[in-house]
Amino acid sequence: MSLQLLWLVPILPLLGALLNGLGAGRLPRKVVSAIGVGSVGAALVIALGCFATLLGMPGEERFFAQTLFSWIDSGDLSVAVRLGLDPLSAVMMLVVTGVGFLIHVYSTGYMNHEKDYGRYFSYLNLFTFCMLMLVLADNFLVMFFGWEGVGLCSYLLIGFWYTKPSAAEAGKKAFIVNRIGDWGFLIGIFLLFVTFGSLDFGRVFTEAPSILPLGGGMATAIALFLFVGATGKSAQIPLYTWLPDAMEGPTPVSALIHAATMVTAGVYMIARCHVLYALAPTALLVVAVVGAATAVYAATIGLVQKDIKRVLAYSTVSQLGYMFLAMGVSAFAAGIFHLMTHAFFKALLFLGAGSVIHALSGEQDMDRMGGLKKHLPRTHATMLIATLAIAGIFPFAGFFSKDEILWKAFSNGGPILWAAGVIGAFLTAFYMFRLYFMTFHGSERLTPEAKGHLHESPNSMTIPLMLLAVLSLIGGLIQVPLLQGGQRLDAFLEPVFADLARVGGAAAHGAAAAAGHGAAHAAHDPGQEIALMLVSLAIALAGIYVAHRFYVKDPQAPHRLAARARGWYDLLWNKYWVDEIYDARIVQPIVRLSNRLWKDVDAAVVDGAVNGIGRKIEQGAGWLRLAQTGYVQLYALILTVGLVVVFGYLALR
Amino acid sequence: MSTIAVPLAAYQILAGALFTIGVVGVLVRRSALIVFMSIELMLNAVNLSFVAFSRQHGSMDGHIFVFFVMAVAAAEVAIGLAILIAIFRKRETANVDDVHLLKG
Amino acid sequence: MTFPFPVDASLSLIEPLLIVCGVGILLLLLDLVLPHGQKHLTAWVALGGLGWALIRTLAQWGLSERGYAGMVSLDNLSTLFNVVFLCSTAIVVLLSMAFLKREEVEHAEYHALLLFATSGMMMLASGLDLITLFLGIEVLSISLYILAGYRRNSDASNEAAMKYFLLGAFASGILLYGIALVYGATGTTSLHRIGEAIAGVGAPVPEGLIYAGMSLILVGLAFKVAAVPFHMWTPDVYQGAPTPITAFLSAGPKAAAFAAFLRVFFIAFGPAQAEWDMVLGVIAVLTMTVGNIAAIAQTNVKRMLAYSSIAHSGYVLIGLVSGGLVGGTGAVFYLMAYVAMNLGAFGIVVLLESKADRGEELKDYAGIGFKYPLIGALLSLFMLSLSGIPPTVGFVGKLYLFGTAVQTGHVWLAVFGVLNSAISVFYYLRLLVLMYMRESQETLPAIRIPLAMAVVLTVAAVGTLWPGLFPNTWFHAAQESVRSIFS
Repeated sequence: MSLQLLWLVPILPLLGALLNGLGAGRLPRKVVSAIGVGSVGAALVIALGCFATLLGMPGEERFFAQTLFSWIDSGDLSVAVRLGLDPLSAVMMLVVTGVGFLIHVYSTGYMNHEKDYGRYFSYLNLFTFCMLMLVLADNFLVMFFGWEGVGLCSYLLIGFWYTKPSAAEAGKKAFIVNRIGDWGFLIGIFLLFVTFGSLDFGRVFTEAPSILPLGGGMATAIALFLFVGATGKSAQIPLYTWLPDAMEGPTPVSALIHAATMVTAGVYMIARCHVLYALAPTALLVVAVVGAATAVYAATIGLVQKDIKRVLAYSTVSQLGYMFLAMGVSAFAAGIFHLMTHAFFKALLFLGAGSVIHALSGEQDMDRMGGLKKHLPRTHATMLIATLAIAGIFPFAGFFSKDEILWKAFSNGGPILWAAGVIGAFLTAFYMFRLYFMTFHGSERLTPEAKGHLHESPNSMTIPLMLLAVLSLIGGLIQVPLLQGGQRLDAFLEPVFADLARVGGAAAHGAAAAAGHGAAHAAHDPGQEIALMLVSLAIALAGIYVAHRFYVKDPQAPHRLAARARGWYDLLWNKYWVDEIYDARIVQPIVRLSNRLWKDVDAAVVDGAVNGIGRKIEQGAGWLRLAQTGYVQLYALILTVGLVVVFGYLALR
Repeated sequence: MSTIAVPLAAYQILAGALFTIGVVGVLVRRSALIVFMSIELMLNAVNLSFVAFSRQHGSMDGHIFVFFVMAVAAAEVAIGLAILIAIFRKRETANVDDVHLLKG
Repeated sequence: MTFPFPVDASLSLIEPLLIVCGVGILLLLLDLVLPHGQKHLTAWVALGGLGWALIRTLAQWGLSERGYAGMVSLDNLSTLFNVVFLCSTAIVVLLSMAFLKREEVEHAEYHALLLFATSGMMMLASGLDLITLFLGIEVLSISLYILAGYRRNSDASNEAAMKYFLLGAFASGILLYGIALVYGATGTTSLHRIGEAIAGVGAPVPEGLIYAGMSLILVGLAFKVAAVPFHMWTPDVYQGAPTPITAFLSAGPKAAAFAAFLRVFFIAFGPAQAEWDMVLGVIAVLTMTVGNIAAIAQTNVKRMLAYSSIAHSGYVLIGLVSGGLVGGTGAVFYLMAYVAMNLGAFGIVVLLESKADRGEELKDYAGIGFKYPLIGALLSLFMLSLSGIPPTVGFVGKLYLFGTAVQTGHVWLAVFGVLNSAISVFYYLRLLVLMYMRESQETLPAIRIPLAMAVVLTVAAVGTLWPGLFPNTWFHAAQESVRSIFS
């Protein structure tokens, strides 16, 4: 297939979004589904065709750029809307269209009872378009466009059930937290523009090694600001709090946006900018530490959550931490590998959870589940595969990708980062099997009305589950360690990361490991790798064993433990009180300030009760509003004071 | 007839003083009418300043400016009084600090 | 002593201005002839005049001439701004139709005053002399004082007029004294010759007088663009004035004042940029911050948009502080963007006010996104653009502005700018949340969008979206216009 068709990949979902958006409420459901699913399906077919063409080209030439139109062309700033396809964006494109397509199909079943069916698919298609623009962008500005776009769609979809106040609330929280991250991203882009006079990936990455000194302040600043953007979008410490709340959205949305695609944008962005990060070792270290810390930290919170989707949300935060850990130790290909396998099994987990919730008429509390194995056989089987995959059990996909990250963390980053990763792996195996056991095994603790409607989900939902299960099962085989020629993904991505070799000598340590995988593999000690592999496998099995012991053999054990370790349990159950700390240290002082300034504005905005704002503001009009007294002479006085200050400054300087 | 030489600086000082008095008047007087007169005082202070500078530079620009200022001031008076009358009709007050419906 | 008569008084130089003035006078005459009940026809005459002037203006693009003893300039800056003024006034005329009908105040002088105000703006944008600058400001302001108080029976409208008038006249006095002092220091009122005198061509100028004059002029202009702390009139006047006039106030006159700002500070005070750079920078930050923060606390939409308009002045000021061709281009582009998206937002408010008896209060917006999908979608577009989210023109404008600030070494301004636009999302988004995530408390009447309003909204939507996707044309226009200042 000709690569000239590349532009159709993002445009088709956009067309779908427009058709469904304009026809919302008028088109019959069948047509809406056909447009929504069909557009993404067609995009998937073209994406596969482009991928096949790319594979048919010699390794070094696997790059294709397509200019859609010149966006700004004003002498000092010229930016074209250009799509670029290289192995890295091709992998992302396939993940987005592939997983996206399955989730669209699933949605036709899951959202079937929904009133705003057309609106839902319109948003979902729009999201797919923005995400594809993000991954196919050939310069920072188009990438930022996609970046903001997915944020907006995420906001719309989280708040899809706007009648639920908590959903509207969560949507807003996600949007605002993301704006903080975007602020960093934007500053990073400005710094890039000032440094390079261009925002084109090609130019920036080619010139970076000669313009930016290795480890220099500018390179570090750019890398760190971009990372601030990544922490927002990919829910890393300290900007992760929005993601668990984002679970208020429909479950397929959680699967697509908050597990498989959007939240990985930060990882993709860092992989894309690997040259810049290679020039800033300090920034890389920060990325690695934040990633490792998030991986462990979020996993511990996941241990005690009772809401099935919240467990998965914290698990996503934790797994994203692994990807950042990989980025931080310059194992870019490994990070992308995990991104891909994670997209498979985490989407599957969410969709499986969705199937459970659907079957139980909306129940999400795992305390009111249990014993569902016999009622939901397909869901159960696929969920089990996904759980094994995320726990990192051989030969499921997660085993290969997680293991590669741990191995790289050990060889490039040292034992501490590796140990953090292993602890995270243990916790992951534990909480995932806790989820699995609490849901599918043990006694049935269903509410009567949930029990009444109990049914396995329709084919439109279970078939995507099975396809994803297959991917979770065999997805890891494209990158088999130790085997000669087994690292197909590495080989495919190699042209992208090859330019790391050009980054100065001192960075070669990390760069060589990432770029010349062949060489690195030849050099390293396979015995050590096998040993580490066995350790992490054993750790994962231990996690499963503990979960089994606690939640199947002796269901009372967790309660006893919780009673004995009340303090710890509370700490975890309350998510380390981070929301509360943010509240006490950041929000409350602002609120107190606001109280004096604009009485309870913050609280009023936070609970969205706009009607209440007016009354509250009337009660304690703050000083800005106080200054605006309505007395015209005060205005004149302030004007005069301003005049005196301006004059005084000019006269005295 | 005897003349005394008044230095140009004196005109400027007088203009500055008048302007300041005008500003203070705007800030402290309650009656909208007097506030308005204070603004007129400011404008006339500027006129005096213009004429003196014009003389100093030996150019006509300042004089021309003064004519424009006077014309504009006349237009402002017409509009201003109309607005004040409209307010007085509705609220029976010409005090600026009685008019503070819009605030916040 | 002889005075040369200016023979360079070519009428074609100010043709659009003459057309607008002439049609304004014609409207006053028509008022005498037209019977009651037919007065609304004056709107079409006004539109015709604006259209004619627009055609003549477009034909002037690329011309560069000076006349009237160097007091008036025809260049791309004046041409571009004239286009902006004429378009925004035309939009306001269309916006006003439903409003005037509903309020039963269809008078010819309304349109005449709009046209006179427009002629004042045009004079302001083409003035190369402090005299034309002053005249332009006064012609503009005096018309606006009347328009702000146009609803004579409303207390709020009267109050807005009085506040605007007293403070405006006060600020004019300050501006005027500044002009006098600069004249005293340099012996000229021509912007170019003031610039030369400050740059040190000829006899040395007394610095104290220059600084005093500069600060007074700065305050006078800052008042007109509603920069903090000279902004206090804005919320009250915007809220009290009739809504179409509020829309008018926030678009054309603000752009005109910025055009004057550009000319005065780039040409006359350009050589002293090192002196005013910091002052304007601090004012820009204050303006953005106070505008955005105060907007959060508002419950009245007009008042919220007033504070938003203050904040946007702050963004434009970033461009002025950045200076030079890039900074100027950023400022002009942002102004064009602002006029388009802001008129759109006000268009919706006027539409809801005149057709559904709501729209002034935030709570009026609950649930309208579903009742009126088109209106909801358009208002969302304008709000997203105002908060600077791609792919709208607001995003491109902010991006370019902040980019030039970084480029010219004003990183701190860019940082404040980006932070502020993050804050602003808060209150722009609130309208979206209300529209789509709340149910309306009462039943909403069905609305038929009148043709005039449809035209307004279409133009504003295209002006918000199209240059967001394809900003090149606007960019080149802005760039060429600023370039003409420096030639």
